[in-house]
Amino acid sequence: MKRTGKTVYFDTPPVMLATSAMAGEMEGKGPLKEYFDKVVDDPYFQTQTFEKAERKLCGMNCQNVLKKANLQPDDIDFLLAGDLLNQIVTANFCARELQIPFIGLYGACSTMIEALSLGSMLIDGGYAQHIMAFASSHYQTAERQYRMPIEYGSQYPPYKQWTVTGTGAYVLAQNGIGPKITHATIGKVMDFGIIEPNDMGSAMAPAAADTIAQHLKDLGRTPDDYDLIVTGDLGQVGKTLTRELLREINYDVDEVLEDCGAMLYSQEQNTGSGGSGAAASAIVLASYLYQKLTLGEFQRIMVVGTGALLSPVSSLQGDTIPGIAHGITIEKP
Amino acid sequence: MKNVDKTPDEYNQMINQFRPGKPKIVNFLQAYLVGGLICGFGQALIEILQLLGMPADEASSLATIILIFLGALLTGLGIYDEIGQFGGAGSAVPITGFANAIVSPAMEFKSEGWILGTGAKMYIVAGPVLTYGMVTAFLIGLIKTIFKF
Amino acid sequence: MLMILKAFLVGGLICALGQVFLDNTKYTPAHLLVTLVVLGCIFTAFGVYDWLLDFSGAGVGVPVSNFGYILTKGVLLEAKRDGLIGLFKGVLEVASAGISASVIFGFLVAVFFKPRK
Repeated sequence: MKRTGKTVYFDTPPVMLATSAMAGEMEGKGPLKEYFDKVVDDPYFQTQTFEKAERKLCGMNCQNVLKKANLQPDDIDFLLAGDLLNQIVTANFCARELQIPFIGLYGACSTMIEALSLGSMLIDGGYAQHIMAFASSHYQTAERQYRMPIEYGSQYPPYKQWTVTGTGAYVLAQNGIGPKITHATIGKVMDFGIIEPNDMGSAMAPAAADTIAQHLKDLGRTPDDYDLIVTGDLGQVGKTLTRELLREINYDVDEVLEDCGAMLYSQEQNTGSGGSGAAASAIVLASYLYQKLTLGEFQRIMVVGTGALLSPVSSLQGDTIPGIAHGITIEKP
Repeated sequence: MKNVDKTPDEYNQMINQFRPGKPKIVNFLQAYLVGGLICGFGQALIEILQLLGMPADEASSLATIILIFLGALLTGLGIYDEIGQFGGAGSAVPITGFANAIVSPAMEFKSEGWILGTGAKMYIVAGPVLTYGMVTAFLIGLIKTIFKF
Repeated sequence: MLMILKAFLVGGLICALGQVFLDNTKYTPAHLLVTLVVLGCIFTAFGVYDWLLDFSGAGVGVPVSNFGYILTKGVLLEAKRDGLIGLFKGVLEVASAGISASVIFGFLVAVFFKPRK
């Protein structure tokens, strides 16, 4: 079995052939703006509804990543994708256009890393040569599904996160040149009893810490073996909690821990604790991190997708918020 | 090696240590300011209308209607939610906030159609307010009628 | 001028107390509005609301608790006149203007505007 402990390793590490990241207005004003393929300022993206806009952006991004990889939809063996909307409609409707055999995934905001883990397994297992994966989220569609209407004047606490508008798409290949995915750690669902739906960073931090610890333990590594351990969308609060949870079990990640959600916005943008949403890890990995890996500025990084597995119904019924985290290790070409 | 494991209580303590709290005193003052200004403005409207020769009863009804109109319009222009982030309860409690609670879902659910979207969803916040207000008012009337106090 | 100041002080206080409720409980603004309306009904039953209106005018006339006042006021008026049937006829009697205005303006604004950011 290609596994040490709970961590999967790949004999022939799949190559990240191409990536594409498109983002919304808020992200386009943040510190990573120069790394995106495209920034769309209009939340409607010239469509009638926010949901259609999210779909349109995803479709465009998929075409872009295919172009960058110099492939046709026919060349792709499987499409793995997901998003935050009910019944993952964004991914489903994009798959309808692409006509690639499709595996729909839901891991809340961990979906991107879930898709890349599974895609790597399919390739290394010999079931596919080319995999396409994407995940998306959209501020307005998520806000109206999970919280109150957008124009409703409710006051948010300082630790509330800002849902990222954007989508990241990837083409993985058996051969080629690009950063390589060497390991994947599939996390288990953790729940430390958080109830407040405005505080998803705290709900996901235990899962992130658990997956990071599991990964390091399985491979017998320390945090210093990585240039960066970057979580998906914990925000400042969740990042701090993850760091402290790891410190309690004797892992010191002070130097290497970062968070995609926290990296996306600057202090002046008033986004509370930072970004959240499936797009957070999807666009940061597809843009900034991918480019730095390609240039060799990072030797090896671990990306940990984090998801808060709540639904508006479970929230109203008083259930606590379970969290999940999946990690992959990526090395420079 | 130890595992990541905590009881909800232990974790809660940890969160309180590392998570910034709500700025309760600032929120209190901002709510006072915004709420007070809206009420003061309402009173000024009533007095102006009375100066124009309107009876007291009608003046306060018309003032209410004007405030509702302004709350609805500011919501449509995308301004009321900004006031809400600053004022908190100060902009939610006045009648303008009630208008905001009706208009915001009414606009937003247009994308699901005029009948099942806007028509149905515009009452997600206002509905409970009217329901409990009407039921309570009815019960009070009933008790007063029976016990004649 | 004095009334405007009193409206500011009393209305502001109601809102600020509402903020304390929101900041210290897990409840949402919708819970707060319902609580205020129910409190408005109860205060009206004991005649306190009339006194508050005389004292501070819009200070208690503008907060949503005033809905409780006008709903109850209508019930009590009609109940006195028509007895049991008045309990039903009266609920929306005084409150009609406010509720109609909210629904009508709410709908009209929705016709002309779209949500933005």
